[in-house]
Amino acid sequence: MTLPATTPTTGVQVAKDPSARSTLLRRSLQQMLAFAGLIAIFIVFSIASPVVFPSYTNVIQILFSAVVIGLLALGSTLVIITGGIDLSVGTGMALCAVMAATFIVTWHLPVLLGVVLAILFGGLVGMVNGISVALLKLPPFIATLAMMMVASGLALVVSNKHPIYFDAGAYTDISTGTLIPGSNFPNAILVYAVAAVVAAVLLGRTLLGRYDLAIGSNLEATALSGVNVHKWTIIIYAVAGLFTGLAGVAISARLGSAQPATGQGYELYAIAAVVIGGTSLSGGKGSILGTVIGSLIIAVINNGLQIVSVPQEWQNVILGVVILLAVFADQFRKRT
Amino acid sequence: MPDPGIDAQTALHDPNLLLQAEGVTKTFPGVKALSGMRFDLRKGEVLALVGENGAGKSTLMKLLTGIYPLEEGRFWLEGEPLAVKNPKEAQERGLAIIHQEFNLMPDLTVAQNIFIGREPLTGGFFTRPRALEAQAKELIDRLGLPLDPSAKVATLTVAKQQMVEIAKALSYNARVLIMDEPTAALNDAEVEVLHDLIRRFVTPQTGVVYISHRMPELKRIADRVTVIRDGEYIDTMDMANATLDQVISRMVGRAIDTSARPENVRTDRPVLMRVENLSTKDVLRDVSFDLYEGEILGFAGLMGAGRTEVARAIVGADPRTSGTITLRGKVVNPRNAAEAARFGIGYLSEDRKRYGLMLGHAVSHNIAISSLADKFSRFGFVDDRAIAKAATQQRTNLRIKTPSVAQLVTNLSGGNQQKVVIARWLVKNSDVLIFDEPTRGIDVGAKDEIYHLLNRLASEGKSIIMISSELPEVLRLSHRIVVMSEGRLTGVLSAGEATQESIMALATHPDDDLPPASAADDADHATQEDLR
Ligand SMILES: Nc1ncnc2c1ncn2[C@@H]1O[C@H](COP(=O)(O)OP(=O)(O)OP(=O)(O)O)[C@@H](O)[C@H]1O
Ligand SMILES: [Mg+2]
Repeated sequence: MTLPATTPTTGVQVAKDPSARSTLLRRSLQQMLAFAGLIAIFIVFSIASPVVFPSYTNVIQILFSAVVIGLLALGSTLVIITGGIDLSVGTGMALCAVMAATFIVTWHLPVLLGVVLAILFGGLVGMVNGISVALLKLPPFIATLAMMMVASGLALVVSNKHPIYFDAGAYTDISTGTLIPGSNFPNAILVYAVAAVVAAVLLGRTLLGRYDLAIGSNLEATALSGVNVHKWTIIIYAVAGLFTGLAGVAISARLGSAQPATGQGYELYAIAAVVIGGTSLSGGKGSILGTVIGSLIIAVINNGLQIVSVPQEWQNVILGVVILLAVFADQFRKRT
Repeated sequence: MPDPGIDAQTALHDPNLLLQAEGVTKTFPGVKALSGMRFDLRKGEVLALVGENGAGKSTLMKLLTGIYPLEEGRFWLEGEPLAVKNPKEAQERGLAIIHQEFNLMPDLTVAQNIFIGREPLTGGFFTRPRALEAQAKELIDRLGLPLDPSAKVATLTVAKQQMVEIAKALSYNARVLIMDEPTAALNDAEVEVLHDLIRRFVTPQTGVVYISHRMPELKRIADRVTVIRDGEYIDTMDMANATLDQVISRMVGRAIDTSARPENVRTDRPVLMRVENLSTKDVLRDVSFDLYEGEILGFAGLMGAGRTEVARAIVGADPRTSGTITLRGKVVNPRNAAEAARFGIGYLSEDRKRYGLMLGHAVSHNIAISSLADKFSRFGFVDDRAIAKAATQQRTNLRIKTPSVAQLVTNLSGGNQQKVVIARWLVKNSDVLIFDEPTRGIDVGAKDEIYHLLNRLASEGKSIIMISSELPEVLRLSHRIVVMSEGRLTGVLSAGEATQESIMALATHPDDDLPPASAADDADHATQEDLR
């Protein structure tokens, strides 16, 4: 065949790698933005209250107060990445606290065993959520709303509507004791740090994380790729439940008691922390680091506003505005 | 060639030309999509725009219609400078575009989609569903499209969705109609319907820019053809004087042998997969066939014949009401695609956006997703290095045009996205590969490479089911061809006896010619003998 001579085309006629780097950069931008926000808020409060706010004791206090919402938000991040939502983490946490008290105080099980069982119980609650979503095809909002009510009711039933008090000692040390001799650095912060690292590894390095992101990005495509999306959805909700269980242990160890009537509303703070951290509610992307920063932002704002004596009712107003700003910044970044 | 730099101002805005582009350049991070691209569209003509995957065709049209801001270069409409800021303005200037990727709302009806943003209203506020539907029906009838205005778009096949897009574009009184691969999802009969539409649209005052990878079409519909390669203008030819081989060689820079026939056809191989009496609730009726080891089994048929349904029912993506799937003599009957994948059956969907890709994720992640558990992880931990390596190898293998495998799939051109889904199944290395329209949106050169690849896979012992609306493709690759019509298998042809005519005869099988259902039951396995 005679054909006009032409130069052969090369497959890729582009620069080597800058775009790969720039996408990476873009992806971490939201976290940098959230981090910059955290620093900025911290500086503002430090100026408003130069002596008390930035003190070592207060910083420890901030971290300490971030733990419970922080733990719940870790699990919520995994669920929100699937495109779902978990409204049951607040009352689920109260239920797990009650279960821990039942195991340890009422049944006299060893503390460690009681803690493990309480965390696993959280996993069970999450698994039920996962089954409702994956197998019964209930919308996550509805499934976990129902679970939120079930959990709050069960917490009251199991505890007979009364707080259950722990003996000071091994159990309360989980939150308020310290592993670092001679310091007053509470264990709760260490627990949170370890949990955050575990969550980050789960999301970033394991099959669970990959499938989590894939399901959130395109459920049907993931299923047709040969991934058992039902199984993994259940696993993800169950893992989120483990974090809820851990939060239940952390909060009851801090208070020295399991308070059955608490927990409501924590789920919203957890979702707020996730969103401030740049995880998208439509699923498919998100980061644990962002969620940790989001949890810290909430803790810093609450603490700082208290220190500069802003009335409680205004604190929520300000927090709401911060959430709006965070999401707006995220979308603005995406548009440009 | 006149130097466009010198007399650009005088020579260029010729009011007798409908549309002109000059010096259009566009850079994405790491990718030069267009550089100094130009073309002109005469009044009353259909101009084909051809080029390899990632050549910059879609980008050019997106710049023209205001989806991307025009940074470098100029457009003229009838000699008047044209610089629209958004798609709405483009519509107002008389430019209608049908995008390569659909922009339909799946939960709305056909009528709602066509007139979105222009619904007839009472008091400027209340919708008038009946008026809307009547309006849509009138348009659909005028265009002669087989569409139901009240059907939800999500329930339509890709081909019908394409028709909705076309109806939507033609519902504006456009002067310039831009079609970015309008036929990628259509079979020959449907293409004819579309071409009729185009011919009726073209008047001495209007024109069409027609982007397609299906070369034989160009002869039938285009007056001239402009070739673009790597973002640069290459040539414009009169279709009457140019041969397709010439166009193709300008496009890909080498000759493509389009007359190739199936390779390695043998009849002495063992049956790998046996499908018996496959039925689904709505579409399939007792479909039975065998798939041999190392065979490429083509599936032909008209739209709605049920070929995609066969694929989905085999892998368990849709529920079966009856049917047995046997693999190497063992009944497997997968309940879902995950189970099918475990048995070694991989399914590539015809609709890459909806059923194929995680658009916001990296190319590498999209390629690895099917093989994460068995190839790219240890104790649940994912090996990103191995993924990057395998993905990069596929990028070279399939010539996926992307600066890096970390690029997000959404930033790839349509054809390159298609290569990503193919790469996924190549990495998975399943024994049975069900490819539903594998070359949709892929350029001639790359198609040829994929044909060679499929032949190689078959010669290595893989069994391939290839569903395709392009008969030449089916004829070129298939060792045997299964023809379907209205949910039934109407015949199996061997490579030797299959022609376009014999396939079409079986595909358009009128209902009453079919063997009664009981007879089909007796013919347990449709082999070439008993179904001829
Ligand atoms: N939003 C984007 N970000 C980064 N790169 C992009 C983007 N859009 C397109 N590109 C790149 O620009 C080049 C041209 O893409 P374009 O979609 O115009 O190709 P095309 O000619 O339409 O190809 P196809 O025939 O496959 O549809 C490709 O290399 C593509 O990867
Ligand atoms: Mg394109």
